[in-house]
Amino acid sequence: MATRTEMIEARRPPDMRRGVVGWLRANLFNGPFNSVASLLTIVLLAMVLWPLAKWALIDADWLGSTREACTGEGACWVFISARFETIIYGFYPDAARWRVDLVLTMMALLIAWLAIPRLPAKRWVGLFALVGFPIVAYFLLLGGHFGLEAVPTREWGGLMLTLTVATVGIVGSLPIGVVLALGRRSKMPLVRSLCVVFIEFWRGVPLITVLFMASVMLPLFVPTEVEFDKLLRALIGIMFFWSAYMAEVVRGGLQAIPSGQEEAAKALGLGYWRRMGLIVLPQALKLVIPGIVNTFIALFKDTSLVLIIGLFDLLAIIRAGLTDSNWLGFATEGYVFAALMFWIFCFSMSRYSQYIERRLHTGH
Amino acid sequence: MTASNSASASSSDSPMIEVEGLNKWYGDFHVLRDIDLTVARGERIVVCGPSGSGKSTLIRCFNHLEEHQQGRIVVDGVTMTQDVKRIEQIRRNVGMVFQHFNLFPHLSVLDNCCISQIWVQKKPRAEAEKTAMEFLERVQIADQAHKYPGQLSGGQQQRVAIARALCMRPEVMLFDEPTSALDPEMIKEVLDVMVELARDGMTMLCVTHEMGFAKTVADRVIFMDQGQIIEQAPPETFFNNPESERTQLFLSQILGH
Repeated sequence: MATRTEMIEARRPPDMRRGVVGWLRANLFNGPFNSVASLLTIVLLAMVLWPLAKWALIDADWLGSTREACTGEGACWVFISARFETIIYGFYPDAARWRVDLVLTMMALLIAWLAIPRLPAKRWVGLFALVGFPIVAYFLLLGGHFGLEAVPTREWGGLMLTLTVATVGIVGSLPIGVVLALGRRSKMPLVRSLCVVFIEFWRGVPLITVLFMASVMLPLFVPTEVEFDKLLRALIGIMFFWSAYMAEVVRGGLQAIPSGQEEAAKALGLGYWRRMGLIVLPQALKLVIPGIVNTFIALFKDTSLVLIIGLFDLLAIIRAGLTDSNWLGFATEGYVFAALMFWIFCFSMSRYSQYIERRLHTGH
Repeated sequence: MTASNSASASSSDSPMIEVEGLNKWYGDFHVLRDIDLTVARGERIVVCGPSGSGKSTLIRCFNHLEEHQQGRIVVDGVTMTQDVKRIEQIRRNVGMVFQHFNLFPHLSVLDNCCISQIWVQKKPRAEAEKTAMEFLERVQIADQAHKYPGQLSGGQQQRVAIARALCMRPEVMLFDEPTSALDPEMIKEVLDVMVELARDGMTMLCVTHEMGFAKTVADRVIFMDQGQIIEQAPPETFFNNPESERTQLFLSQILGH
């Protein structure tokens, strides 16, 4: 039995970097079965991706403004570029489109400001984004005041409509969902039952039904003098529908927080709202970021359902373009472009949420 | 670590905690039975007993983490009721340390100590941080103030938890098995802090199996079994001449090896 007299110094780990060939060998070609599988996959990918790239990029027509520019071998993106303005603004009057540009630019700047951690004054920018910006956007987009020409919502459309519906849905459903989730866990029977009924009602009906009810049935019950904007009705329906899902996601997070956290907060004398706002919710929401973003993404994509009540969102406006007699036969280009637009927004949300998760990780 | 607090609701010669005829049930299970107990100011009490004897439940009643169904609890002159404001008033005067630390993992050590000072005592942040650093210094962990609880060892976390409770300058400290979740090497660093706190005159109620701690600092040891107080005595009497057979059996089991 030997006794160690000197402690061993810590050493650097051995260099495990291998270079490209080493990486390929370790990850794709370790063993005969994996080598065959890798080769097959590469061949299959090439068989699918090459024709796609050829169609979408290499043989595609990019320039021009009329149908004559399309040579017919690859995709004809002229179809998109010729209708680009309509895809963005819908039927929004030409002369007022600067208002949409202004609102979208403001929104992009606000989101960027809030999303980039280095930029200062987060609290004030956040407050403006939640209170000031909606008011400014409302008056700019709708008009009718301050000498701006009124643009009724039936003239809205395209990407701007999609973004309006998605933003209102996202910004509205999260806080309502949080309140519902807290209410469902409340000790007060009346509050709890109200929240349960609300959640189960909205979660139990399909979104299409909600939209139909909002556009067709609601006017039957409300006196005709009260004009209730169709878009507004759809927005409220979408917000309530998704807040029910959000509530269940958040409740999952609340249940995962050990009861000791609330007990410690109680023992320190913190009241209910402070316990929730400072201790329980920050931890619970962080835990369910994947679920929340999942709901956001579903919400964003489901905004395209508003087409069934006659609102022309991004997808509906592209579909409408397909029936243009000058441009028959470009459905593929239209749908691929619509898919790409939706994908860009959803993928950005997904990436940003992963970044936030890493940033909020405090080693427990 | 002074135990004095000018905001105290009553004169300094009244008892810190008074319990009369306390009964509590979990469903049909009678967990606390006819408890009578008076804790004087500055008194250090160790509560021991087998698991399930109701000792944790008892001290958790003193800051209303558990609700009792019968009897009267008066803490620092304030009678416990269902009223939320009154419960919060009592909690401001009662510090608590838990078996599993229950630090807030999303806040730094410093923020853990500041949060209730800022939101309950309405202190400005700078002042709260100053107080927090003082107490972190006292539990010898000031150098970790900007770390998160998840980056600390169990013993360090428990010392932070003690500092967090002390930051509210409580009149009485409740310890609910503060060393039971710690590795043997870390128990001493926590007990040292508790011994020092006792020396400074803090009123303490401590549920623990650390009989060494009971012998050194306790003024009184309370033995509980099946939801009732079986025996209470100063440590010398309690350990050397326990009266009840149940106590003798318990002591022989925990000291016998």
